[in-house]
Amino acid sequence: MTALLRMAGICKAFGGVQALDGCGFEVERGSIAGLIGPNGSGKTTLFNVITGYERTDDGDVYLNDRKITSLPPDKVFALGIGRTFQLTRVFARLTVMENMIVAAHHKERAADRARLRNPFARAGGPATRRRAMELLEFTGIEKHAGALAETLSYGQRKLLELSYVLMAEPEIVLLDEPAGGVNPTLIGTITDRIRELNRQGTTFLIVEHNMDFVMGLCDQVTVLDYGNAVVTGPPEVIRSDRRVLDAYLGAAEGDDDASAA
Amino acid sequence: MSVLLRWARPGLIVALLAFGAVFPLVYTNPLTTTYAIDTLIFVGWVVAWNMFSGYSGYISLGHAVFFGSGAYTVGLLALHHNLKGGVTFALLPLGGLVGAAIAVPFGLVALRVRRHTFVVITIAVFFIFQLLAYNLAFTGGNGGVSTPFATWNPATYNNPYYYAAFLVAVGTILLSWLVRGSRFGLQLLAIRDDEDRARGLGVRAMRVKLTAFVLSAFVTGFVGGLWVLFIGQALPNSVFNPNYDLTVALMGFLGGFGTLWGPVLGGLIVEPVQQQITLHYTNGYTGLIVFGILFLLVILFLPRGLLPTGKEWLTRLQARWERRGQAAPGGGMAVPGTAVAAGGGDSTGSVAAAGTAERSGTPRAGGAR
Repeated sequence: MTALLRMAGICKAFGGVQALDGCGFEVERGSIAGLIGPNGSGKTTLFNVITGYERTDDGDVYLNDRKITSLPPDKVFALGIGRTFQLTRVFARLTVMENMIVAAHHKERAADRARLRNPFARAGGPATRRRAMELLEFTGIEKHAGALAETLSYGQRKLLELSYVLMAEPEIVLLDEPAGGVNPTLIGTITDRIRELNRQGTTFLIVEHNMDFVMGLCDQVTVLDYGNAVVTGPPEVIRSDRRVLDAYLGAAEGDDDASAA
Repeated sequence: MSVLLRWARPGLIVALLAFGAVFPLVYTNPLTTTYAIDTLIFVGWVVAWNMFSGYSGYISLGHAVFFGSGAYTVGLLALHHNLKGGVTFALLPLGGLVGAAIAVPFGLVALRVRRHTFVVITIAVFFIFQLLAYNLAFTGGNGGVSTPFATWNPATYNNPYYYAAFLVAVGTILLSWLVRGSRFGLQLLAIRDDEDRARGLGVRAMRVKLTAFVLSAFVTGFVGGLWVLFIGQALPNSVFNPNYDLTVALMGFLGGFGTLWGPVLGGLIVEPVQQQITLHYTNGYTGLIVFGILFLLVILFLPRGLLPTGKEWLTRLQARWERRGQAAPGGGMAVPGTAVAAGGGDSTGSVAAAGTAERSGTPRAGGAR
């Protein structure tokens, strides 16, 4: 198997804080990879670097061996990396369906390239709407298609985020705490949907604090500590790794972040 | 009731168009038509402004840059080539083009920053342009530009201007409607709601914002050109007028920022009121004070504007009316407007509530709570 997403020596500092310090690991095609680590270990920063929201100070990101370092977010998305945010971000004053159509835009644009482009082309052709409905049915929020996104509950917004990211048929989806602040039943639904998508060929990289969720779902888990990928391996190995326990429980240094686990 | 509502909008539009078309034939007093032309010009301007600011959420207080540039372009061309009468209307697209041309570098700089900083930059650029108009050789300094007067019959002198302004206003509303329903417009609205999220879904934010800015500037320049033809004179402080920027923003916010018809309503209310105030008190300051207060009141009590708030009241009223008709327990109709009102505020507290709804597989009931 080849690495679909590869990070090499990524450094990113915010002022004096070194959020990422030579971080590097690989995500294999067709896998569900987990990314764990105490608060402030650089997980979200890494997501931001991969998806183009932050520029790296050093190091590179590769997708299918193509360098995508510091490309703008819209290009990264068009290349096949979708992501969700830790605190859900949907277009509150658009309907759920319109949210889906926004994400379909770059595909529609690519489709019309051959014909003469109409600058006032209506948003969302029938094919797009059909695809959007299918995805909303897949995540189970199809009844809300006509409602404004601001009327959705937190959990439903998470599902909407997952749905619209899928509109572009990304090769890899980066999920930032998909189980955070969500009730157990919905966590079950989300796990289920991720597994199903993975069976169909989508690769996942998931940041999560819920250990049961990560250990139950992921093929491979990477532990981040102080901006460094400390260890990567299958869940069983990670669970008992000394460095992981140190990072989470602070056994060696005896400091703060026990609550994260 | 619902039949009534379905026909209310097209009916109202047709009525407005018909009223607009016969207006100068019914109200022949030149003073009245002057008001009307002024109002229509501002309707065109505010709709153009809303096409960018309202849809993208980037509030521009520098659109007078385009208005003034369009006005000077048309005024100078008319003056130097001694054009008058109907032929001058052919100059208007040039006014629009100059406005659009200025919007490209202006936008490339100003749109790099986020909303609040953007407002400040637009104000700064505005004052640069006003200074230029005062000081450049070809703009005529303090004296500005005067255009040659058309040799039209004084009794109906206003009519060509009225119809030009009417067409421009209608055309701009049509353009705004086209933008709003388009893929491009949807991307603008997505940028308004969450620009970073939109970028992460493939929206080329800079390009979309700049296109809207330039389009809006084109219309504003066009309208500025029409204004100078009608008034016959452009002065640095009459076309590069900071009060206009505020007036346009007030019109937009009063009627309904980011809606299609809100700015139209705002323009139709604010401009005649302003004219009345100026006429009654014969100095510009009273109007400014009244407008300042009005602006504060709108932001405080009608932050979403007359039209969205009015619509919400209407749906709420309708819901109450229907509930009384049914009087069955729990038989609440799902009314979109009330769902918005009820769902908007409780996003933090909804996690627990939504849990039960999702477990049982039923969506949350929209209204009737």
